[in-house]
Amino acid sequence: MGSDVLVLAEHAEGELAESTFELIGKARELASAWGGQTHVAVLGAPRAAGALGGADVVHVVDHPAVSVYSPEAYERCMLSVLEHVQPKLLLLGTTTPGMDLGAALSVLWDAPLAAYAVGLVAEGDAAVATCQIYGGKLMAEVVLESERSIATVIGGSFPPSPGRSGGAGSTCTDEPPDLGDLRTVVRGVKVPEATGVDITAADILVSVGRGIQSRDNLTLVEELAGALGVPLSASRPIIDQGWLPKAHQVGKSGQKVKPRAYLAFGISGAPEHLEGMRDAELIVACNTDAGAPIFDVAHYGTTIDLFDLLPELSARLGG
Amino acid sequence: MKLIVAMRQLPDLVEELELDSSGKDIDREYLTFVSNEWDEQALEEALLLKEATGAEVCVVALDEPDVDSTLYTALAKGADRAVKLTGIPEGWMSTHDRAAILSAWLAEQSYDLIMTGVQAADDLDGQLAAIVAARLGLPHAAVVVRVDAKDGVAVVSQELGGGTAVEAEIRLPAVLGVQTARQPPRYAPITRIRQAMNAGGLEEAPAAVTPGVRPGLRRLFPPQRSGQAEMLEGAPADVAERIIDILRSKGLIDAGA
Ligand SMILES: Cc1cc2nc3c(=O)[nH]c(=O)nc-3n(C[C@H](O)[C@H](O)[C@H](O)COP(=O)(O)OP(=O)(O)OC[C@H]3O[C@@H](n4cnc5c(N)ncnc54)[C@H](O)[C@@H]3O)c2cc1C
Ligand SMILES: Nc1ncnc2c1ncn2[C@@H]1O[C@H](COP(=O)(O)O)[C@@H](O)[C@H]1O
Repeated sequence: MGSDVLVLAEHAEGELAESTFELIGKARELASAWGGQTHVAVLGAPRAAGALGGADVVHVVDHPAVSVYSPEAYERCMLSVLEHVQPKLLLLGTTTPGMDLGAALSVLWDAPLAAYAVGLVAEGDAAVATCQIYGGKLMAEVVLESERSIATVIGGSFPPSPGRSGGAGSTCTDEPPDLGDLRTVVRGVKVPEATGVDITAADILVSVGRGIQSRDNLTLVEELAGALGVPLSASRPIIDQGWLPKAHQVGKSGQKVKPRAYLAFGISGAPEHLEGMRDAELIVACNTDAGAPIFDVAHYGTTIDLFDLLPELSARLGG
Repeated sequence: MKLIVAMRQLPDLVEELELDSSGKDIDREYLTFVSNEWDEQALEEALLLKEATGAEVCVVALDEPDVDSTLYTALAKGADRAVKLTGIPEGWMSTHDRAAILSAWLAEQSYDLIMTGVQAADDLDGQLAAIVAARLGLPHAAVVVRVDAKDGVAVVSQELGGGTAVEAEIRLPAVLGVQTARQPPRYAPITRIRQAMNAGGLEEAPAAVTPGVRPGLRRLFPPQRSGQAEMLEGAPADVAERIIDILRSKGLIDAGA
């Protein structure tokens, strides 16, 4: 039975994602507990292999069909790497590729899956995952004790592995599987439009979520942001409603911010939001629900209604 | 073109979630159940596709608390058919189990595109779209933010991090996990929902329930609060003062402000 751990590296144009190093660090820890090795699969970016010093073996699969992420081509390549490596555990990020491949491979490679993991430890032969469920309101402890299993891990859950330079112990170039007759073909990549506001550069962010209820009510946070002379940022639902441009979105599919202060109004603190702001130096959260997960990362919190608090803040800062 | 939208009910997360005596499920007795927000996005995108192409939209859901209102609302919004799969065991069900039930039903249907929400808040063992696709041998994509489809091909935008999106062409049939429709989900007037309810029209089909695939769930527990949030109590004016003091003490705003 295998004792190795395999990580799928994620990259954008050859630049490896921070989350990949977090997974490699965890993979090393688990593999050493089981007496196995750490393998990393890199699809479509052969040069990235040079930055994977934390891995024992890097498997490079290169083919034009995987230079940009595409579920079907990635899936076929991963099945072929899995066949070759036969790991005990496959680690993926809770990212777009992880959501596609984790779920699909759990059927196609016939392995149980623990999703939204934030903790992962070896317990004898098993891996025990701690997973977020119900938007982070509860945690679930899941025991993975099959010969093969998969976990998708939320970004920021583990410290990154230090090994970023020097190659891996060894690198092998795997022959791509048959990638003919793909039903999914990439046409292009789109990046969001710049708006002239860079929320990642701000010292303070006033951030607003669905608790604000309507576009008209945004004036309340605009007044506070104006009084402080700082930009407005927001959770995804505000952006999806078209109330603020995409460049103002904080989180997994928006921007990762690290301001000196993050003031959150009416944001529940879903895992995808926390991923983008949990490293802020100071977090102050206003949410009427005392059980909202935002209070897990906030330094100061209040359950006062934002409609009562915002005017008080603005009046005092308005000058 | 035929579109099938898989929808489901979830506990309203605004409520407090308590554990039942097994410690492996939440106590569902007094909970309110609401439609999964991402399924509503999938439905909206499907209805927009219907408007653009004349496609037929069928919604399907497992029989869970208050699901009738979700299905009738979908009909009121413009779906052509609504099907409820009955005979579902109570309580939490793994996504693999849900996918098995849906796939068995889907195998008997004709469709070009299956759409569902990108995730549900209790997906402990992965997301529905990719599991259904893998079971049916279909191409799939998660975190989809726009779908156009005609002549057996869908053009979809699949969002990666940082707002970057990949545009891909997928040969149909396919399964999509929708993150956001290109416009906010439409509103169905209550009168129209009532009309739909009075007209009946909800189809029922027995679910093919197979023995459950359970991830080795040991227990549920509340997150350990890192305990760092100091809660500020008092009237709004007092709390506002405290927050300003805190910002001032960190040198983030002028002492005079
Ligand atoms: C693949 C994927 C990527 C995602 N990427 C992102 C991302 O980048 N960024 C992001 O933010 N989300 C992202 N999400 C969405 C995320 O899961 C949540 O849906 C979202 O963060 C919720 O936003 P919210 O907190 O504003 O809304 P809700 O969760 O609805 O929370 C609103 C909060 O407001 C509080 N509230 C209500 N009224 C008041 C009041 N009067 N005063 C004070 N508080 C009040 C409520 O108690 C509640 O906690 C992503 C989801 C997926 C599946
Ligand atoms: N009664 C209503 N009439 C019109 N639009 C509504 C109504 N209730 C909610 N909405 C809209 O539906 C969307 C979601 O609302 P909510 O579920 O309250 O967050 C928002 O764009 C609301 O403006």
